[in-house]
Amino acid sequence: MKKKTYSTRAFFFVAPAVIALLTVGILPLIFAFCTSLQQFVLTKVHLKGTVLGLWPIYDAPFVGLQNYLGLLSDQSFLAALGRTFLFLIINLPIQLVLGTVMALLLHKSGNDWLKNVARVCLVIPMATTFAVVGLIGRLMFNNDFGVIDYFWSLVFGHKVQWLADPALAFVSVSIMDCWQWTPFCALVLYSSLTMVPLEIEEAAKLETDKWWHVLQRVQIPFMLPGITAILILRTADILKMFDVIFVMTRGGPGSATELMSIYVQRVGFRAFEQSTASAQAIVMLIISIVLSRIYIRLVYREI
Amino acid sequence: MATPQKSASVQPRPQPEIAHPATAQRRPRPQIGHLLALICVILFCLFPFYWMVTSSFKNQQDLLSPTPKFLFAPTMENYQRAVSKFDVVASLQNSLIVALCTTGLSLLLGTPAAYALARFDFKAKRDLWFWFITNRMISPIVLALPFFILARNLKLLDSPLVLILIYLTFNVPIFVWICSDQFRNIPKELDEAATLEGYGSFGIFWRIGLPLAAPGIAVSAIFSFIFSWNELLYALVLTRSRAQTAPVVATSFMSGYELPWGQIMATGTMIVLPVIIFSLIVSRQLVRGLTMGAIK
Repeated sequence: MKKKTYSTRAFFFVAPAVIALLTVGILPLIFAFCTSLQQFVLTKVHLKGTVLGLWPIYDAPFVGLQNYLGLLSDQSFLAALGRTFLFLIINLPIQLVLGTVMALLLHKSGNDWLKNVARVCLVIPMATTFAVVGLIGRLMFNNDFGVIDYFWSLVFGHKVQWLADPALAFVSVSIMDCWQWTPFCALVLYSSLTMVPLEIEEAAKLETDKWWHVLQRVQIPFMLPGITAILILRTADILKMFDVIFVMTRGGPGSATELMSIYVQRVGFRAFEQSTASAQAIVMLIISIVLSRIYIRLVYREI
Repeated sequence: MATPQKSASVQPRPQPEIAHPATAQRRPRPQIGHLLALICVILFCLFPFYWMVTSSFKNQQDLLSPTPKFLFAPTMENYQRAVSKFDVVASLQNSLIVALCTTGLSLLLGTPAAYALARFDFKAKRDLWFWFITNRMISPIVLALPFFILARNLKLLDSPLVLILIYLTFNVPIFVWICSDQFRNIPKELDEAATLEGYGSFGIFWRIGLPLAAPGIAVSAIFSFIFSWNELLYALVLTRSRAQTAPVVATSFMSGYELPWGQIMATGTMIVLPVIIFSLIVSRQLVRGLTMGAIK
């Protein structure tokens, strides 16, 4: 990536960060790639020696692309991949729409004091530690004494097994994700809304009575960069989503909430099949790079 | 005392105007809907947090009652027990050390890189920028596996250092992303003036770039601190006991037959509260940061 055409001063400014990220980011990736070409089970391999005392060499047999080919017919891997994308296409639109509604509420004139309170409150879910969000979810959706279940039975008259039922566990995790990230969408979109020049918005409101006309013609164009940014960040975050699910359901019941990160973690650290897990991780990396490149290109076109 | 009376006497005057049917009906109704909707937003955001905090003050009986107790006799017992289990306090210390160090280190590495990306022209600049940002998108599980084996080999497992280093992978991109945008907004004329004064490019960066980009740097530091404080996966995989961070300890309660919910929630509150108070104090910068980092 580095070329001689770097002017030297730029090189000195950039080099420390690049070297640091190469060491902590790229070296492990290369190691993962090597592992994915071997038959590597951590409990069964032995250290043969090291390169410069840093880079370990194990006596794992070399199998080429076999681990990757195995993934294609690995039903549980494909299911986890599908589940992750299902989670993405269900939650992203919900968060985007609810976030837009909240942003419009904050933008509307009147009730200033309450709007300030709401704006401050929106920061709370975002700042909550993800693992703790999982803990809260597990408490609130508990089958025996959960508060959500209590309200549900008040309204609908019967109890529901939130975390024991596969479909509902998926819903519960989604609800906690929406709780945490809808406020993020709302705040980003609200900031975009404040950039609409006041006189344009006023003029538009004189033209039409219908708020959705104003939204569609005036406000949405200003919100587009914000929306694209949300798409990028939320997609990346959902692809790597781990903490909330790990604490709330551990991927269960069965594998109903086992998204990619949870799945790879199970294969790599609970089943100790490092080579398979590495191959899965590399595939995941390729997917997230391709998606983020597509998104980043989209943003560039917008601006 | 005089002014309220005055305004009260003035008030009846506009009323005949408002009594005009069209305006009278139009005005108050959406306001009340707006009011209710805002209250819903506030409840939505606050309720889970409120439920965690109140649960941490309940005894086991109140916690496990099938009809949730909204009124109860608060007890500090959960906190005393959670704190006496030493590792909670130690883990909070670990979290603080790791988050501060990695934020500081990212600042040192990230701001010069951001400055170069914003100011200097060189080949493959855009590729380099892409590469920095892509680091932010990589799932931790991809790096956690190999990093675990490499760190084990170097006998670095279970030390704060290994967390400080691996957290650079998502913190340096934050600094690069937000700060390069800030540096770009500094007028070029200032650089030219400084060059005439005899400053070199590092001097310009130090004397002009850094101070003027301070808001962006602060925002990046806030984000970097919060992300590091909240991180679970790397900490779970790379630490055992000595260097455990707070989120790891919080999840370690989740085993066994009868869960000590009160202590779990007390621990959760202790982990979350510092960050939430901090975020509320800096909420204005935080929201501005969202637009800075997110929109560009």
